[in-house]
Amino acid sequence: MSEPRLSSTAVGLVSGSLFAVGLALSGMTDPGKVLGFLDVAGAWDPSLALVMAGAVGVHFTWLRWRSRRPARDEAPYSGPPQRVDAALLSGAAIFGVGWGMAGYCPGPALVAAAQGRSEALLFLVAMAGGAALSNAFRADVTQFSREPSGP
Amino acid sequence: MPSWTLPLVGGVAIGVSASLAWSGAGRIAGISGIFGGFLRQPSVRGFRPGFLFGLLLTGALLSGLVPRLSVASIEARPLAWILVSGLLVGFGTQLGSGCTSGHGVCGVSRLSKRSLLATAVFMSSAALVVFVMRHAWAGAAP
Repeated sequence: MSEPRLSSTAVGLVSGSLFAVGLALSGMTDPGKVLGFLDVAGAWDPSLALVMAGAVGVHFTWLRWRSRRPARDEAPYSGPPQRVDAALLSGAAIFGVGWGMAGYCPGPALVAAAQGRSEALLFLVAMAGGAALSNAFRADVTQFSREPSGP
Repeated sequence: MPSWTLPLVGGVAIGVSASLAWSGAGRIAGISGIFGGFLRQPSVRGFRPGFLFGLLLTGALLSGLVPRLSVASIEARPLAWILVSGLLVGFGTQLGSGCTSGHGVCGVSRLSKRSLLATAVFMSSAALVVFVMRHAWAGAAP
């Protein structure tokens, strides 16, 4: 018994759409709400912690379940390499600074820009610039890629 | 609905999205990775363009259908402030191989040591910046 191979474009479309629904419903696309979540010493709004709890709860459970009964052409359950290096830590720290400044992380910025918010569009342009800069900066470093090979 | 219902429902939708990406296409639903990969190798077919198109199209449709979902409860910030924060987010997520979705949702769900650590680091530096902006150095930031 073989499962039909899904088009990765179609999977991407549905997955991306669902992701946008999740971000918009949860309030992650409202930078004011995000900053309220990050403001632990002020009028802290902890509700956005439930976004992560819901997402991780579902995905963790799904991965555990699939690892017990993997489909034939499904990539095996394995985490990414476990090497912790300076790029990981400094990259995460720099990302956090940018996130805390304006309240946009990449997904919500894309959705907010699609909603026509000019601020988010500007943010996206700068984000693309920062990404290009980072890639040029370590072009000669063997880059760890988390994507499995194949389409 | 109480203020905790929508974040939870939204989170569940994100978890389903990440699970579909993995089991349907063998991909991690990490948006900075998808975004960065698309910038390096633009294409119209495949997981990345599909995901980005779905994200943008649905984001736009949703705000048209339910305007309430596209509100921003904060005043506009200066242009330079937004540009600098965007630069840092773009640079940092590529250098650190992930953002709130790739590390925070997918990696944490895999109990990846790298992602657990990265998530703790970006949550802390973000909270620290907000603390400085709003409390320690209030008035200096927008």
